[in-house]
Formats: sequence, structure tokens, C-alpha cells
Amino acid sequence: MSLLIATEVAIERGDRPLLRGVSLCVESGELWQLVGPNGVGKSSLMRALAGLARLGVEGAIRRQAAALFIGHSSALKRALTPLDNLRLHPACDMPVDDQQIARALRSVSLAGYESVPVGALSAGQQRRVALARLLITRARLWFLDEPFTALDTAGCEWLEQQITGHVASGGAVVFTSHQQSRFGARQHDLDLARYVSL
Amino acid sequence: MWSFIHKLGSPPWFFRFGGSLVRWLLPLTLILLLVGAFWGLLVAPPDFRQGNSYRIIYIHVPAAVVALAGYYVMALAGAISLIWRIKMADIAMKAAAPVGAVLTGIALVTGAIWGKPTWGTWWVWDARITSMLILFFLYLGVVALFEAYENKAAAAKACAVLSLVGTVNIPIIYKSVDWWYSLHQPASIKFTGESAIDASMLYPLLLMIVAFYGLFAVTVVMNMRAELIWHHRQSAWVRQWAGLD
Amino acid sequence: MSASDQPSLSLGASFFRQFLRHGKALAASPADLLNPLLFFFMVVTLFPLGLGPDPERLSQMAPGILWVVALLASLMVSGKLFASDFEDGSLEQLCLAQHPLAILALAEVLAHWLGTGFLLALVSPVFALMVGLPIQALPVLVISLLLGSLCLTLIGAVGSALTVSIRRGGLLLSLIIIPLHVPVLIFGSTAVVEATRDGNAVSWLALLAALVLASLALAPLAIGAALRISLDNG
Repeated sequence: MSLLIATEVAIERGDRPLLRGVSLCVESGELWQLVGPNGVGKSSLMRALAGLARLGVEGAIRRQAAALFIGHSSALKRALTPLDNLRLHPACDMPVDDQQIARALRSVSLAGYESVPVGALSAGQQRRVALARLLITRARLWFLDEPFTALDTAGCEWLEQQITGHVASGGAVVFTSHQQSRFGARQHDLDLARYVSL
Repeated sequence: MWSFIHKLGSPPWFFRFGGSLVRWLLPLTLILLLVGAFWGLLVAPPDFRQGNSYRIIYIHVPAAVVALAGYYVMALAGAISLIWRIKMADIAMKAAAPVGAVLTGIALVTGAIWGKPTWGTWWVWDARITSMLILFFLYLGVVALFEAYENKAAAAKACAVLSLVGTVNIPIIYKSVDWWYSLHQPASIKFTGESAIDASMLYPLLLMIVAFYGLFAVTVVMNMRAELIWHHRQSAWVRQWAGLD
Repeated sequence: MSASDQPSLSLGASFFRQFLRHGKALAASPADLLNPLLFFFMVVTLFPLGLGPDPERLSQMAPGILWVVALLASLMVSGKLFASDFEDGSLEQLCLAQHPLAILALAEVLAHWLGTGFLLALVSPVFALMVGLPIQALPVLVISLLLGSLCLTLIGAVGSALTVSIRRGGLLLSLIIIPLHVPVLIFGSTAVVEATRDGNAVSWLALLAALVLASLALAPLAIGAALRISLDNG
């Protein structure tokens, strides 16, 4: 089953054309990495695919499942606790109880930080709070823009587990990373250098 | 009809169409302006109360009328840009905003000049002048918002939203200022006597209003053409037109 | 579409969550709640200093003074409305929510209003007495500020949504918003003036209420569209 079908997508930033002719079909159970040098338009394409950017995006993008997007910004309120941040997350799509959130926080090794304001946590810890959302969503289509940034080795391992687990259970993940083929043969690469608009 | 609308959206076609439009509309407008000005300033009889000073209405009233209409034209272009995502509408909106702002400025300045001999002071918080001032601010807001956005495509959409919000508000603003004025001012100063204007004064005024509409249209189209060549400066049709290829 | 793709959180629940989220963030920083009140207090103090202490003149100008200062206070805080959401990425997430952005943004605007305009209207009688507003006009002042500040906040939210992606958008926000605030100022201050001379304040309050309803219906649409545009710019 296709979760995302993009046909002949062209992207421009401001007046400058970035990419054109990008076609992509993401089936359930697939793991896609957007590959390309800095500035080629990985984030722009990801935002377009997730439905965040509309201006300067041409072509057809059809998402056939609920989507989750985690970008560079954490979308956390510094004054609120991790508990409140996750419970009241703007894009949260399911009813959650405190135990579920506490479990998610334990899973990202933040047990005991439930009621510390997020502003008092380190960058890596904030990243973990943001990523804990992966455990409290029903979205089948995940868009993760540089999700491994600011994570330590244990954090990266945890994230890899979540991604492979999600894909194995019939979801799909589209992500970007500095590191090439993080998931080896299990992942598909979309090399954006081929679509650069001249 | 549909093919005409479709063609309007094509930059090279509009550029050529706009060029021929300007070619006959510009001389026509200038003739109307000259005839209207001659008729209004020299031929029409002096006002029995204000003498010759009333003649400034031949600039003031047309500028005010077209400034207000210009805002609606701008908002209409904005709506078209938001609903049908036609780039030409963005360009029309961007072209109309400064023209409207200048017309509003002309209406304000001529209003003040008119006020000096009439009321003995340069500025009176009269309902019309106050509304015109607020319209001026509305225009400035659109122009400033456009300049502030880095992404010009986003700028056009933001200005479209703002001008639509302004359009909804303009009738409310005008009505509220009207009530405010009638509440604070005795009716005796009420002036302009539009209803009682004599035909010999009215006809040149109507002519000038038509001329100002023409002036607005010509300026906006010229602005749009300038914007189009800049926007498409890399494309073949512009290079061809400029004789570069 | 499988069952898991259906929106499983009702619009009401999402609305309430968004309201709570913004409310809690606001409550966590008492300075943000106090600043507009303090601003109101201090600017009201400036008027007797600038105009002279003559009680009769002050009391005559009181409706205008109070309303202009309330408008400025609302203007000052409306710039902040979506700023932190834009910076921390909450706005992106809000756009991806399963319910219309316009309605979720409205929840945020209402929470913001409760923390600013609503509070300001409640404490306004204290400041009104300082500038000698006749006591019989106090109820009308409070009601006019309750209605008016909601309207100012909704219009201010449109401006905030339009300028949130612009660096140093503060002055631009004022330029955009002040002309749109004119009817609110006229209806509100006139209602209070009428109340001081036992005139017909109710019809002006009714006009204000009409403005509130109209902006409750229309402003969220503009806010939603403007927030998406700001995301495209940022």
C-alpha cells in the first residue's frame, strides 16, 4: 500500500528554482533517505512532502496516511514540563494519559525529568523529549529531518530501533541525515543531486 | 472569454497586451486630463460662497474617489491570487498599492490646501479627511508589509490577506468615523454641498474622475510591465524583446 | 484508509488542548501577564503630568485616555502572540494538526486574551478613578473594554500572524493594525463618554458586540491563512 505518492514535484525557494521532476512513491514498510549536498533542498523537499510548505511547490503530492513531522525545531514550550509539552502537543492526534507519556519519557531515558521545565534541559535532552512523540502517535508516515542531530550514541541507537520497528510494523519513514546509508540495505536512497534545477 | 482570461495569466502575452493598452490609453487619458482641467479650472463658474478656491475639487475629489476604488482593485487582485494562485494577480496587486498610496496622499494634501481658505486652518478632523488618512495608513501598511518579506511570493500572499482584511474593514471604518464626526461636530460645518452642485461644475468633475481612473489604469499597467520584465529578465521572451538574443 | 488514519481526537478536545497549552505557558511567566497592566498604569500616570492636574479636564478626557492606553497595551502584547510558536517550531506542528489551523489558532488567541485584555478590563476601574472618570461610567467602561479588547486581540492576532516571520516586525505590526483598530476605539470610547453623561451607552456597546462577533467569525480565517504564509517565508 502506498502511503505517499509524489509526482513531478518542483520546488523553488524565493525566486530560485531548487529541484524539479522529483517523483517518489513510498510504500508501507519502506524507509527512505533523502540524500544530497548541503543546500540542495533536502529540507525543502521534506517540508513539501509533509505538507508544510505550499508556496513554490508544484506537482502532485498525495499523502494517504496520517503524517508526523519532526524538524530542526523541537516545538517545545520552554516554560512547560516535558509532561505538559507532550500531552498538549499541537499536532498530537490521539488521546493520551499521563502513564503513556511517563512510559515514553522513560523510554528516552528521561525518567525523573517529568516536571522539570523543558528550558532547564540540555539540547540533547530536549531533542529526546521531541523524539518521544514517536511513541505517542498513530501516524503511519514519519518525516524526520536530521533526527540524529544532538543525540548521543545511546540516543542514536534508540532512534534507529524506533525507525526500524515502525517500518517493520507497516509504517513508512522518510528522513535526512548527514551520515550515508545508516540503515544499509534496508533503506532506499533518493539522490536529490539528480533533480537539481538549472 | 475563458481563453482571454487564460491569456491574461501569461507573462509575454500580458506584456504585449499591456503595451498596446498603454499606447492608446495613455494619450486618451492625457487628453481627458487636459480638457477636464481646462474646463474645471477656467470655464466652470466660480462658487458663490468659496469663489475660486473650490476649484481644487477637480483634483481632490477624483484622487479620493480613485484612491478608494484602487484599494478594492488591489484587494480583488489579492483575492484572485489567493484563490486561483495566478501570479499575474500578485503582480497587479503589487503594482496597484503604491499608485493608490500616492493618490491618497494627493487627496490629503489637496484637502489640506482646500481647508486653509475654507476653514482657515490646514487640518480639520473632518469625517472625510480622517477616513482618507486612515485609508492612507492602510495603503502604507500593504506597501511596508510587501517590502518587509524576504520571500516575494509569500509577500504577495501576505499583502493579499491584509488587503482583504482591510476591504472588510473599510466600510466599518468609514461608517464609524462618520458617526464619530457627527457626534462631536455641530452640523453647521457640514460642507461640500455635493447634492446641490450645479451641472456646469459637475460635468468637468465627472470628466476628471474618468481621467483619473484612466491614469490609475495606465500607471498600474506600466508598473506591471516593468515588474514583468524584471521578474522574467532571464527568460527568452524578455531577452528577445530587449534585442539581446 | 485504515482506522488509525481517522482523526481520533475531536475538534473540541484539540481546541481545549491548544487553549490549555498557551494558557499554561502564559501562566508560567507572570511577567507577561503583569507587563500590560503595568504599562497601562504608567501611561495613565503620564496624562496628568502632561495635561496638568485639573480634575475637571482630566475627567472630561478620561474615556479617551483610558481607551487609547488600552489600545496601546493590546498593541504592545499582540506582537508576542505567535512569536514563540514561530521560533520554537510549534507553528509547523500546528499546521500539521488534523484540525483546521484557523480554529486551533483561535484557541491560542482566546487564551492570550484571557491573560491580557480580560485582566486589563477587570482592573481598569482602578485606573479610571485615577483620571477621575465618573463612578456611574465604570460598569460601561469595564464592559466596553471586555468586548473591545477581545476585538483588538483578534485583529492584533491577524497582524501578528502576518508579521511573525519578519525580523523587527514590531513597528510594522503597529502600522498594519492601528487603522483596523479605529472602529473599536470609536465605539468603545463613545460608549464610555455616553455613560458619563447618562446618554445611550447601550447602543454603542451593542455595536462593539457586533464587531466582536464579526471578528470572531472572520479573523480566524485570516489568521490561519497568514500563519501558513509566514511559515512559507520563514
